[in-house]
Amino acid sequence: MCVNYGTLVANKPAKAKNWIMRKVAIYGKGGIGKSTTTQNTVAGLVEAGKKVIVVGCDPKADSTRLLLGGLAQKTVLDTLREEGEDVELDDVVKTGFRGTRCVESGGPEPGVGCAGRGIITSINLLEQLGAYDENEFDTDYVFYDVLGDVVCGGFAMPMREGKAQEIYIVCSGEMMAMYAANNISKGIVKFAEAGGVRLGGLICNSRKVDNEQNMIEEFARRLGTQMIHFVPRDNMVQRAEINRKTVIDFDPTHGQADEYRALARKIDENKMFVIPKPLEIEELESLLIEYGVVN
Amino acid sequence: MAHIEMDPQRWKQEVLKKYPKKVAKKREKSIVVHDGAEVLQKIQANVRTIPGIITQRGCTYAGCKGVVLGPTRDIVNLVHGPIGCSFYAWLTRRNQTLPPTPESENFMNYCFSTDMQDSNIVFGGEIKLKQAVREVFEIFKPKSIGIFSTCPVGLIGDDVHAVAREMKEELGINIFGFSCEGYKGVSQSAGHHIANNALMKHVIGLRDEAPKGKYKVNMLGEYNIGGDAFELERIFEKCGLTLISSFSGNSTIEQFERAHMADLNVVMCHRSINYVAEMMEKKFGIPWFKVNFIGAEATAKSLRKIAEYFGDQELIDRVEEVIAEEMVIVKKELEVIYPHTQGKLAMMFVGGSRAHHYQELFTELGMSTIAAGYEFGHRDDYEGRRVIPTIQIDADSRNIEELTIEADETRFNPRITEERKAELESKGCGFNDYEGMMVDMAKGALVIDDLSHYEMEKLIEAYHPDVFCAGIKEKYCVQKMGIPLKQLHSYDYGGPYAGFGGAVNFYKDIDMIVNTSIWKMIKAPWEAEPVIEAEFAV
Repeated sequence: MCVNYGTLVANKPAKAKNWIMRKVAIYGKGGIGKSTTTQNTVAGLVEAGKKVIVVGCDPKADSTRLLLGGLAQKTVLDTLREEGEDVELDDVVKTGFRGTRCVESGGPEPGVGCAGRGIITSINLLEQLGAYDENEFDTDYVFYDVLGDVVCGGFAMPMREGKAQEIYIVCSGEMMAMYAANNISKGIVKFAEAGGVRLGGLICNSRKVDNEQNMIEEFARRLGTQMIHFVPRDNMVQRAEINRKTVIDFDPTHGQADEYRALARKIDENKMFVIPKPLEIEELESLLIEYGVVN
Repeated sequence: MAHIEMDPQRWKQEVLKKYPKKVAKKREKSIVVHDGAEVLQKIQANVRTIPGIITQRGCTYAGCKGVVLGPTRDIVNLVHGPIGCSFYAWLTRRNQTLPPTPESENFMNYCFSTDMQDSNIVFGGEIKLKQAVREVFEIFKPKSIGIFSTCPVGLIGDDVHAVAREMKEELGINIFGFSCEGYKGVSQSAGHHIANNALMKHVIGLRDEAPKGKYKVNMLGEYNIGGDAFELERIFEKCGLTLISSFSGNSTIEQFERAHMADLNVVMCHRSINYVAEMMEKKFGIPWFKVNFIGAEATAKSLRKIAEYFGDQELIDRVEEVIAEEMVIVKKELEVIYPHTQGKLAMMFVGGSRAHHYQELFTELGMSTIAAGYEFGHRDDYEGRRVIPTIQIDADSRNIEELTIEADETRFNPRITEERKAELESKGCGFNDYEGMMVDMAKGALVIDDLSHYEMEKLIEAYHPDVFCAGIKEKYCVQKMGIPLKQLHSYDYGGPYAGFGGAVNFYKDIDMIVNTSIWKMIKAPWEAEPVIEAEFAV
């Protein structure tokens, strides 16, 4: 992984461990539960003592709602538009659940302008402002929560130029979710060769499709990666969400909270970073047939 | 200067040999050695430039804003895009204008742009565009504003046409938009078509005032480079012809608005304006034919053609008088210059008509054009309009709107009867026709579309022309090879070259250019001094 390792050690003699800030991006089909999964997982990480910054890369600006308790947040692009060049980090970064730092990129209204370019601008600005400064913020993780499919270059921004180094794809056993995961893998291949981004695994956010776990495990195997965790479907997630909280925050003793803790731990311990091998459409379809969608 | 004789077929094969196989296969069709046969050879044109080739071409925006609308002085040309597109396209063509009084509107000295910034790309630029339109109106109170889209506008989907409609309503002046994003066509030619369409939709025919005058003519495809239009206006006036509107050298929007009151459209640059000529005939019944006012003989021929069309003996006689009078001066100058220029060789790679028109002037100087081609011409500009039905419509051409024009219910008025038209045609006055460049070229001449830089160098190496005519992008490369280059886009610092007076200017300039010895003295430093051999320290 390309990290400015030497400087870090030199500047931070107090840190005993060899510190590397992990840059994670979460992709997946629209509506699959990326934002929910990201925030719940982040809650698990911060509960375990990790320092995390979450960057929402969706014009809807709803990627940090559960961590901020529904607190309306001014987006980077709105701030940039209103304040001009004179933007301070404090204007755009809000602190949420147990010190999680939250940023929303924001973007234009649907059907206007270029949301993709917005993400590029926003991430560049955050970098310039030092939002990821490891020395200043002791950050362990930056999470990019990216809108839907990789529709254009802007949405691939977190993958480019080492902005994100590990990708997790949220998917389910539904056909279109798997299609999307396969397409995102194609994007990863492209940027892996140039920028060093790797796939860390698939997160199965269950839709209670028959044979779902087996199918996604097999799908992950064929992609050359792993199903890092199977998150069962549970109404507790929705209940916490309506209360503007993550499950860990809302009901820490619930079984679903343990699922997110498990996912957080697995991500933290993950060592499997690969360049995926996307499937041909025929192969993907035969996988679906084999695992019984058609039956 | 000694000209190295090389068989043009051999030249072609040697050039093609250097290209990768696929490139050679494509370029092969765009390089034609004129076989002199009556049935013209087919040439590939108006297709995409092969990536990696250094082309002479410009972009769609350049053709729309720069070429067609740029020379009109009282339409504010507001460029919607980042500042560079506006600034670097500002007045570079040396198109001139002459407002009747110092107080008359002239916005050509101004450069208008919305200066799009990052946040306008992200959130859309329509609000800024409206603001810019209002600002222009407040400060300048123009009669009309044209909004020109640059590449990012098309990518983010700003609707310039909706903004134009809204602002037109709000401000009560004529405002219209152009979707002329640079990437829209294979060359600037797409931009010409887009400009033609908008003129037809939003401007031509708005003003039903008939100006006085017996012989009312529009001149299409004349852009007043270096003052060409001024010379042609002089000749028209002298002949008693009334110029209703020029498209668009030294023009105003009012002239465009009443252009439909003319009785004849004459077309200079066929490529950039033939669409308007065709559409005006369909809508208003105004016939058009091709003329060429580049070259004294060509000017005389074109004037006679116009006089013949009106068929009035008074006009015919007046035109003959003018020709006779002007030709005395032309011949006197030419007598002195001809011996200096006779037998010299020219090459021309410019425009979509200029590479054809200027061959007339070189012929008058006794020079031969041994290689020529267009940057953005179509097959009809080479082979003549008769090939139009056989031109394959590809995806790139389909990208440009084709207007459906119907005869105007009240104002359609065929200016001449079909019988009269047939009679004139039998006398050689070809309506709705252009015979193209190739018919006027000699056997063995090279005709090359979208010349690549590599081909240009190889042409010069093989044939050592006495003058190479192209644009600013080629100028210094060619001159460093010891060959003078005459710019036929901007005329360098010269002109006018149109009409009788222009012909004389051209004779004099070419005489100086081909007979100066300076080009033979040019040596690259490594030719003059021994080369120092050294190695890089590793």
